Amino acid sequence: MTGYLLIESRDPFESNDVAYYYELARGLQASGNQVTLLLVQNAVLVTRPSAQAPGLAALASAGVKILADDFALKERGITKLRDGVQVAPIDVVVDHLEAGHKTLWH
Amino acid sequence: MSKKTLTFALMDPPYESENLTTAFRILDAAARRGHTINVFAYEGASALAFTKQVPHANPVHGKNLAEENHPTTKDQVAALLVLAEKSGGKVDWVNCGMCVDERGVAEFIAGTRRGSPADLHTFSEASDNVLVIPTK
Amino acid sequence: MAKKTLNIVESAYRAVMEEQDDTILWLLAAMQGAGAEHTVVLRGNAVNYAVAGQGAPGLTVGEWKQSQAPRMDKDVIDLIETRKIPVYVIEEDLAARGIGKNDLIPGAKLLGSKMLPKLMADYQIVSHW
Repeated sequence: MTGYLLIESRDPFESNDVAYYYELARGLQASGNQVTLLLVQNAVLVTRPSAQAPGLAALASAGVKILADDFALKERGITKLRDGVQVAPIDVVVDHLEAGHKTLWH
Repeated sequence: MSKKTLTFALMDPPYESENLTTAFRILDAAARRGHTINVFAYEGASALAFTKQVPHANPVHGKNLAEENHPTTKDQVAALLVLAEKSGGKVDWVNCGMCVDERGVAEFIAGTRRGSPADLHTFSEASDNVLVIPTK
Repeated sequence: MAKKTLNIVESAYRAVMEEQDDTILWLLAAMQGAGAEHTVVLRGNAVNYAVAGQGAPGLTVGEWKQSQAPRMDKDVIDLIETRKIPVYVIEEDLAARGIGKNDLIPGAKLLGSKMLPKLMADYQIVSHW
């Protein structure tokens, strides 16, 4: 089993391509890998419980671990997260790099 | 955790994208852990260490030069080099040569150097892991 | 033997006229010359790089005229034939943009998007551009 860290910096309100990246995360997980999706920068705009982000809910159901960067959340005044999303410090990127996980940025 | 060699490729120029804020936070975290860090500063990122960056005051907020304390990326790069050494690691920061030439930013802070795509290849081969932070 | 690296490229036509290259494909070609072992997947708008017969005339500004305008289709052919960098193109992204298989340069390999995870497993390094 291979570990993947997929870092998403964009939000689906501005970019259609986010759907592709969520699907890539789901496909990698379904292929037997251990996938973490880290939302940074504007990507955290989907994390409010009331945000319209059906793709994200589907990812959580598929077993992808979804993290949101604490700095980006504070910067945008997001204090409550939807189910399935956990706050994480940016150190988590270094954790994954140290562990040899394939790490991609979108 | 044992010390690792990590390579990062950056592309964004200063002051145009939040990518660099996140990138510097990741680099800071890696440096604090004493890792060997290779940075290939490509395209706009080749200006991050340009020595002639000058901070400015902020007339809209009514702050003078000292009060505004405007960030310059060259200072962030310099601080990263210091942090890495203090933590028992090091940073090899390479500015892509053709990129600095076409942008006229071929004067960069001490501790960074001029290089080429061959450096990114060498870095990648020598690293435990690689992260490319692309520009849009 | 160099580490096998898969490069998923979706950035398209960003500064190609100024640089007279796509700077990612150029970088990968240069690294290949230094001994790297790269493969490229073109996705999103970058699938258009594989369309044969493209290329704008050079930029002119007053008396300044560009003489070496880029030709992205030729650069992709160069990657495949000269640099020996395999190039995949995502089928769904071609279809979404109304690009038919007959519109493509020779040598590009078609890849269904659902096959991307499987392809990624074959590479030590996967970078997204």
